Amino acid sequence: MHTLTNGLGAYAGPVALAGEGPVTAVTASGITAYAWLLVALPALGAAILLVGGKRTNAFGPLLATLLSWGSFVVGLLVVISMAGRADADRAAHLHLFSWINVGSFNLDAGQRLDPLSMAFVLLITFVGSLIHVYSLGYMKDDPDKRKFFAYLNLFVAAMLLLVTADSYLLLYVGWEGVGLASWLLIGFWNDNPAYATAANKAFIANRVGDLGLSVAIMIMFFQFGHVDFASVDAGAANASPGALTAMGLFLLLGACGKSAQFPLQSWLGDAMAGPTPVSALIHAATMVTAGVYLVVRSHAIFEGSPTAQLVVVIVGAITLLFGAVVGCAKDDMKKALAASTMSQIGYMMLAAGLGPVGYVFAIFHLLTHGFFKAGMFLGAGSVMHGMNDQVNMRRFGGLRTVMTITWATFMMGWLAILGVPPFAGYWSKDKIIEAAFIGEGWRPWVFGLAALIGAGITAFYMSRLFFMTFHGKKRWTEDIHHPHESPLTMTIPMMVLAFGSVVLGAILGFGQTSLLQSWLNPVFGITAGTEGEPVLPANLLLGLTLVLVLAGAGLAWVRYVRDVVPEIAPHGNLVTQAARNDLYQDAVNEGALMRPGIHLTRSLVFTDTRGIDGAASGLGALVIGASTRLRKLQNGYVRSYALTMLAGVVIILGAVWVMQ
Amino acid sequence: MTNSYIPLLFLLAIGAGFAVLSVGTSLVVGPKRYNRAKMEAYECGIQPTPHASGGGRVPIKYYLTAMLFIVFDVESIFLYPFAVAFNSLGLFALVEMVLFILTVFVAYAYVWRRGGLDWD
Amino acid sequence: MIPALGAQYLGAQLPGVDLVPATFNYAALSPILVVLGVATVGVLVEAFVPLRSRYAAQVGLTLAGLVAAFLLLVLLAVNHQTATAGLKVLGGAVLGSVIIDGPALFLQGTILVFAILGVLTMAERLGGVGADAFTPMGSATPGSGQEALALRAGSMTSEVFPLTLFAVAGMMLFPSAGDLLTMFISLEVLSLPLYLLTGLARRRRLISQEASLKYFLLGAFSSAFFLFGTALLYGYSGSVYLPDIAAAIPQGGSELNGLLVPGVFLVAVGLLFKVGAVPFHSWIPDVYQGAPTPVTGFMAAATKLAAFGAILRVVYVGIESARWQWSPAIAVVAILTMVVGAVLSVTQTDVKRLLAYSSIAHAGFILVGVLAFDRTGVSGVMFYLVSYGLTTIAAFAIVGLVRADGAEATHLSQWAGLGRRHPWTAGTFAFLLLAFAGIPLTSGFTAKFAVFEPALRSGATGTIMVVVGLLASAVTVFVYVRIIVLMYFTDSQNDAVAVVTPSVMTTIAITFGAAMTLVLGVWPTELLQLSASASQFLR
Repeated sequence: MHTLTNGLGAYAGPVALAGEGPVTAVTASGITAYAWLLVALPALGAAILLVGGKRTNAFGPLLATLLSWGSFVVGLLVVISMAGRADADRAAHLHLFSWINVGSFNLDAGQRLDPLSMAFVLLITFVGSLIHVYSLGYMKDDPDKRKFFAYLNLFVAAMLLLVTADSYLLLYVGWEGVGLASWLLIGFWNDNPAYATAANKAFIANRVGDLGLSVAIMIMFFQFGHVDFASVDAGAANASPGALTAMGLFLLLGACGKSAQFPLQSWLGDAMAGPTPVSALIHAATMVTAGVYLVVRSHAIFEGSPTAQLVVVIVGAITLLFGAVVGCAKDDMKKALAASTMSQIGYMMLAAGLGPVGYVFAIFHLLTHGFFKAGMFLGAGSVMHGMNDQVNMRRFGGLRTVMTITWATFMMGWLAILGVPPFAGYWSKDKIIEAAFIGEGWRPWVFGLAALIGAGITAFYMSRLFFMTFHGKKRWTEDIHHPHESPLTMTIPMMVLAFGSVVLGAILGFGQTSLLQSWLNPVFGITAGTEGEPVLPANLLLGLTLVLVLAGAGLAWVRYVRDVVPEIAPHGNLVTQAARNDLYQDAVNEGALMRPGIHLTRSLVFTDTRGIDGAASGLGALVIGASTRLRKLQNGYVRSYALTMLAGVVIILGAVWVMQ
Repeated sequence: MTNSYIPLLFLLAIGAGFAVLSVGTSLVVGPKRYNRAKMEAYECGIQPTPHASGGGRVPIKYYLTAMLFIVFDVESIFLYPFAVAFNSLGLFALVEMVLFILTVFVAYAYVWRRGGLDWD
Repeated sequence: MIPALGAQYLGAQLPGVDLVPATFNYAALSPILVVLGVATVGVLVEAFVPLRSRYAAQVGLTLAGLVAAFLLLVLLAVNHQTATAGLKVLGGAVLGSVIIDGPALFLQGTILVFAILGVLTMAERLGGVGADAFTPMGSATPGSGQEALALRAGSMTSEVFPLTLFAVAGMMLFPSAGDLLTMFISLEVLSLPLYLLTGLARRRRLISQEASLKYFLLGAFSSAFFLFGTALLYGYSGSVYLPDIAAAIPQGGSELNGLLVPGVFLVAVGLLFKVGAVPFHSWIPDVYQGAPTPVTGFMAAATKLAAFGAILRVVYVGIESARWQWSPAIAVVAILTMVVGAVLSVTQTDVKRLLAYSSIAHAGFILVGVLAFDRTGVSGVMFYLVSYGLTTIAAFAIVGLVRADGAEATHLSQWAGLGRRHPWTAGTFAFLLLAFAGIPLTSGFTAKFAVFEPALRSGATGTIMVVVGLLASAVTVFVYVRIIVLMYFTDSQNDAVAVVTPSVMTTIAITFGAAMTLVLGVWPTELLQLSASASQFLR
């Protein structure tokens, strides 16, 4: 592959301003020119399975799995050829076709294949393919298995489009695509109305986010006249801070919707209604991290606007604490994991908002998290598989002996998320905590402490989850007699992910300039040594983190292994209750943000025949009010219509007469 | 510029004069024999105001017939200038006129076949 | 000597126009002539073909005629392109009263495509003897014994097909009219059949007849404005030919100057009425709701396209050089149209009315493109019209299929939960709604882009209009998402609502419309190039 270096590569596309970091991209050649296969293979799979219908029932799932692996192989080959090139030439641009060509506005559909997007490609295709394999076992008896695999393939295709797009618009297409796939998969068992409602909630929260993203794209178009990454990056250098802040905040809104960040976090917990492999792939490892990708990809915009960056950090900090607190009180195994996902993405967001110091660590944590969280979700699925699809951890306990493989792989994930050396989370999360302490004034203290405390709480609730499920006394319900270990198709992916949870951190993060750092450097153009020092010594921080983690885990051990776990959740104090109710996120959403929204929703679905008069306040109500008033003009009398027309003519002619 | 409007004014005056003259003359010279039918508006036998019962509707057939009359009326009006200018217009206009009459005839055929000419 | 075909044209004796022998380029006119001829034959079919074979004869004849006209048009367009490597275009036929140039060919072709799709949906029988959407007897009093008798006798109003063809011929003539009188006549030719078609719905006859009457009265009202405007422009320039009017404008300074702007506005009123721009929009919701649904779809797509074609011609051939005097007011109209259409669609509870308001809002978006005053604006408008029309025909065709107890279930509450029971239909409709909303990957997005981009470059007014347009789009997104939410996330309260299975004809129309909505979103380049290459008006 090394012969495929850029001998043929002429410089293509708009070239960024000099000194703006190596954002220039060479035209894709060699294997890189086939990178469109990344998207095309799984898309083909989805098409075959959906169009082919029942005829593909027999071989469909297998085909989908193979195509997903095919995508992984293509991704791997591209990465290998990329690694063989010099730093500056790693970013490649693949022109696909001329997409929109209106007047002076030309937008080509193309792929941007640089170290950042390829890191994502590898994560998505590898974890995605593993989860395809796992689903072969997990969904074995589901009558709609074919559809499930079609949606999974659709998701992989859309996600790969999202991360390899070369413009915000194409990214938006992928963004909508993953939203669609996610919605289809959350509501996969939509016979159950509650599940359909969950899909609904995810849909609406995501629309709010999408609105943000589309507004951001519009502002870009206004500001730069282009929406491809290269031009936007170049334009951001000269744009006014106000415009950049607006773009940044709207991009962040989009990111919050997709990544379940405060204040659009409420859908993620409910999204656990979907099949567990879906939770692992979409709602833990890949799709929910798209927001982080978006922020990091738009680093040129955020670097131009300290305000937007600060908001990113604040959102990250709030969400990481929020998710951690909620995670402590959940008895539903998947919802606890979902809260943890939210919290961990909060870490990534925080890192992404810290500026160049944090980008690499945000991506780093994203990759390791993708492995250990997907592994734990698959473990949860395996537990559910053996326990008649129950999720209440209060009725688990003592599963260590009956599900040894699940227990062992889950433990790897658990140790990784706790940040115990040398597991993966230690390398990535501790770096984020350290980075959060870098800076001046009040910020390092606030954000650093938030990240530090978050680590302690994380240790508590993850240990709680782990101990309640696998250790302590058996508290199984009566109908469970012989829990069993899952079949190999399920356990092998778990083992692979567990292996990743152990070693991935060390592989990518070891050394002064880590592998990942040098890999991603061409994208961000970070010069070493400019990072600054944390306000507390790094070793002290490391020690503090470990102490807090140990304390959290110890507390969990005392409460959930040594003490007896009640089978019915105790009433608990106010804080516990609040956390159990997701800190009243729904109530808050409804009260503060969506009071008009409730009425809107009601009018949305026309449950009350009275129609719209319930609308109270807010912008939506304003529009509705105006609409109701204007509607009176449409009274059905042709004479008044004619009068309207005449009035229009008279006004226009009158205005002209006055002006002349 | 004003000159060109003088004929128009003349026309206006003549028109008004004609109206005044004809109405005035009939008022002065006409015999005055009043009876029931004479007291009705339009003197045509149809009650112009709604009947007390039945809504005072006039059967749609009247309108249909009136419209059909207008179609042929207009056709014949087109035929006059054509006939007058026939010599100078030549074959082209003849073809055009035949086409025109044919299309009107198509409409006539439709009306006839679908019972538009039957009174009941 | 008098040439065989080409005489001293009577109309040419208008003052100020020299007597020029008329030259009829029959080739250029052939598509229109074919449509008119087939329509006339259709009337004869009504007269002489027995009742039981009338439906088949009419549908076959109509479709064959439209396809033939389309093929002729394609032939014409291909020759036209090869013959005009420069900018030499097929000459204005009939003394410039009809001008067949790039935009005219593009728009006429599109009208024919819309007409084919429209006829396919109109011909839907759903197992009955005649077209399902139309009453068996238009002249019977609704609900009377006569109507029931006609139904039992197997009557049908297969006149709708020739009527449609007459309307199509008028629409084809409308954007290619080179003088204001021809434009007026084509306006009437397209309007009169539509008034009739509106009143022929099979169900809810009274509302349909009411809509027909309203449409007729208001249409006549607006025609009067158009004629008045024509008279003023004639007074100003001494000619009804658009190029003559254009030539008269730069001289300016004459004592008749005061006639120009009122004339322009009054002509504009007549045209803006047809596209449904505020404040001349009030007929749209009532008529769209009352008309038989396939007619509504056809009308929404084709009338709008023809009228915008005429607007483009008047603007770009006739009155562009006086634009500083009239474009601000039209910009206000565009803004009002977008805002009113979007805002009013929020509180609608009837699917057809909702789509009607959406059509008003779209008229506003298209006006934004008209006011860009350059060729990309023209091509953007034409692209928008094509994509909107295809989406609209498919959307109304689907509306016609959702039934409760045999009648169309148009109240939104009846659509609740449709997604669960009829995933394909609801999915397609949702996709079409997303196109109306202008979501990427649908033709709606590309189309909005195509009209907003030139407007944005045209200056400050354009920018303001685009901003308003984007805000209005955001409002409409809410409206469309509301329906999607309703279809997918709400439980049905009414099990009687179901999607009837259409015949292959409607299926073709819906599939084609939806597929093109996707194609024009993903791969719009071909059509964009076509519309760009056809965007040069012959002056």
